[in-house]
Amino acid sequence: MSARPIPPAPDSGPALRVRNLSVGFGRFGAEPVVSGVSFEVAAGECLAIVGESGSGKSVTARTLLGLAGAGARVDADELSIAGQSVLGLSEAAWRRRRGRDVGLVLQDALASLDPLRPVGREIADSLRLHTGLGPADRSRRVLELLDSVGLPDGELRSRQRSGALSGGQRQRALIASAIALDPPLLIADEPTTALDVTVQAQILELLERVKRGGTALILISHDLAVVSRIADRVAVMSNGRIVETGPTREVLGRPRHAETRAMVAAVPAGKPRGTRLAAAVPATAAVPATATPATATAAPTAASARTEPRPPSVPAGTPGPGVGPAVVLEATGLTKGFRMPDGTRLLAVDDVSFRLERGTTLGIVGESGSGKTTTARLVLALATPDHGEVRVLGRAWSAVSEQARRPLRTSVGAIYQDALGSFDPRLSVRDILHHAVAPDSRHPPGSGLLAPGSRPARARAAEAGTRARVAELLDRVRLSPALLARRPLELSGGQRQRVGIARALASRPQVLVCDEPVSALDVGVQAQVLDLLDELQRDLGLSLLFISHDLGVVRHVSDRVAVMSEGRIVEQGAQVFTAPEHPYTRRLLSAVPSLP
Amino acid sequence: MFVLWAVATLTFFAVRLIPGDPAEAILGGPGSQASAEALAAVRAEYGLDQPLLVQYFAQLGRLATGDLGRSYALKLDVGPLVLGQLGGTLVLAVLSLALAWIIALALATWSTRGGRVAARVGSGLEIVAASLPHFWLATALIVLFSIWLGVLPPISTPGLAGLVLPVLTLAVPLAGFLGQVIREPLLTALESPFVLSALARGESARGVRWIHAIRHASIPAISLSGWAFGSLISGAVVVETVFARPGLGRTLLNAVTVRDVPVVIGVVMLVAVAYILMTLLTDLATRVADPRVRAR
Repeated sequence: MSARPIPPAPDSGPALRVRNLSVGFGRFGAEPVVSGVSFEVAAGECLAIVGESGSGKSVTARTLLGLAGAGARVDADELSIAGQSVLGLSEAAWRRRRGRDVGLVLQDALASLDPLRPVGREIADSLRLHTGLGPADRSRRVLELLDSVGLPDGELRSRQRSGALSGGQRQRALIASAIALDPPLLIADEPTTALDVTVQAQILELLERVKRGGTALILISHDLAVVSRIADRVAVMSNGRIVETGPTREVLGRPRHAETRAMVAAVPAGKPRGTRLAAAVPATAAVPATATPATATAAPTAASARTEPRPPSVPAGTPGPGVGPAVVLEATGLTKGFRMPDGTRLLAVDDVSFRLERGTTLGIVGESGSGKTTTARLVLALATPDHGEVRVLGRAWSAVSEQARRPLRTSVGAIYQDALGSFDPRLSVRDILHHAVAPDSRHPPGSGLLAPGSRPARARAAEAGTRARVAELLDRVRLSPALLARRPLELSGGQRQRVGIARALASRPQVLVCDEPVSALDVGVQAQVLDLLDELQRDLGLSLLFISHDLGVVRHVSDRVAVMSEGRIVEQGAQVFTAPEHPYTRRLLSAVPSLP
Repeated sequence: MFVLWAVATLTFFAVRLIPGDPAEAILGGPGSQASAEALAAVRAEYGLDQPLLVQYFAQLGRLATGDLGRSYALKLDVGPLVLGQLGGTLVLAVLSLALAWIIALALATWSTRGGRVAARVGSGLEIVAASLPHFWLATALIVLFSIWLGVLPPISTPGLAGLVLPVLTLAVPLAGFLGQVIREPLLTALESPFVLSALARGESARGVRWIHAIRHASIPAISLSGWAFGSLISGAVVVETVFARPGLGRTLLNAVTVRDVPVVIGVVMLVAVAYILMTLLTDLATRVADPRVRAR
């Protein structure tokens, strides 16, 4: 961030002015993806554009770089960067501006920096394209840039490829490549989405510094809490329009538009356990008869529920999954190591012990590489611990053979972050759930391998039972029966996760292991899924092992929390968040962005 | 070494499976009407009266010392004979591989740059090209260029003009195949975030293509080039025969026809060595193109 090539005159107006922008794709007359959008950003100011996926925020950002895509129709009353109109520029003219007048930082630098090239070369490309600097001058400038974004050891770093850098280092390198020419306008599209909270805090700090250096910053994000850290103003987008705009504190503190209110309400951080997050029940929902009174009474007692494990709310005397030992899952001294390529052993899980009590939720929170997922695999007996033991419902689980474990398998269900990847893409929702309910039935209905008339009566009765159970499961997760014929690719992210939950519930489990179940979802959909899990726990007496990197989510759903770092549980209990004792927990908590 | 041993063994026994008497072949083939005494003498001389396993180990022992034996039919040492034929085939194979890469890259680039129609036409051409059999393509090219247009010789004369049709015959199907392997990763790479980042830096469409996308797209095709080289040598059998071009392929075909076991084994061993070297080369090329492999 040395001398700007062209210092903007203080009276030259905003760095960016957009008036009545609309962007459409496809044939004329098709609904535009972005319509009637107007905003301005001044030098040294940060405007955040927030919205759910599909709201048009990324298209807006790309339009500002002339990269809306092939076949995009861009229309505006005014679109000017640094006082110069960029409407209808030729591709060659755009090329001269990109990188020099506008920089772009994308999410996930692992994919946003060419994995085959050293990062130094990627950064130097901006200089090669826009300046007359020779190779030696370019590498000198690259080192300066790396230093300015907080990457010392520039000599080494610039020769490394993005795969050899950590997530935070990569993102810093990507930012260095975007600000190489000190553009007056920088667009950051979800710049911290793939990062751990502590790293996220550092990257936000870096962006803030760039902003203070006089760069106009547009921050695109779905995460209101992130936005509130550095944005001066917020524009909320929904269905291609800006529905609300104003100073950050005002918009997030007193949201006026329904869309903004729903987004703010859906943020789980700081909301007590048991509070509904989703503003409205989704359209396909049938209101469950049993849940409503419980929801109403749960809210006032929520504060106390957080400090002590909530008693199981299954009505007394109900048979089924509600009976049995009080501790449904117990891990003692779990240790698991892996051999690294260089021959050393990495202890992914190191002496981990916890107990999950019936009807409660134990949250495991930690940053990537902390051993959360390995712990989940050990609990699910998908991996064998080197030392220690997992017991399920008081019976041996990890120490016995898979054959001996099989009868108990139905008691433990699992849902994953990548619901799509956990389904066979060629099966319909009906097939998926049928297999889950009746794993032994070879031919799901509709496979047409047997004519209906040729089956014995007992098989037909069993099938009717299976069908009824599938319908019941679907109702449980509030999905419309109309979705039965769809395949996973034809479902939305939230619907997929609901199908995943329905599948996990099919065997009537008592324990549900949730590995980052909402990390891939928009905040609104995330809220619905979290509400659903909460409701299922209340109705079915489920015990949840909830694994996530998101402290806000874990805090919201958990009765007790275990904080993991480098394979160990550094702290666990019910008041981890309210009275953190371990320095790591404190550091983690202070890094979490929250709403003002 | 293991590969070479396996190749020698397989070839040795495979040649024995061809019906007919090798002694007869040595004396000039079935038409020579050699006397029973002459046959017996030849069998004794070449060790053909020994049990098969003894013959096998004797052969293996000779191979181990680098002695490929003498041709039954041509009465020449196999080593120099086969090596003398190698050059022509190698030139043919290397030129074909190079041309196949050029065609494949050009086609993939053109068809991913153009619109939907170009993409359809491109992938259609690739499928057609990849499924063309060598003998048919060779004949079609001769008809087109030698008989109708009369611009190129139908048989492979020495010099560049004689090389054009054989190289085209081998390159076109391979180009179709490589193109299919390149297109998919090229499309993926062109839509990846790092390409968007490069465009946002002000990189031109061509720059993005050559600096980023094609490198990514080439990696699978480079790995496959070792295999492709092997297929080119087997294709050379057909092409050298059709265009009457001297080379390993034709030598092999002739040797098989007259049951000239030492020559067959010699050719096959040489091809195996070339194949191993080529695989090594492609592995090295992959490491250059994809430095991540080295880290693993």
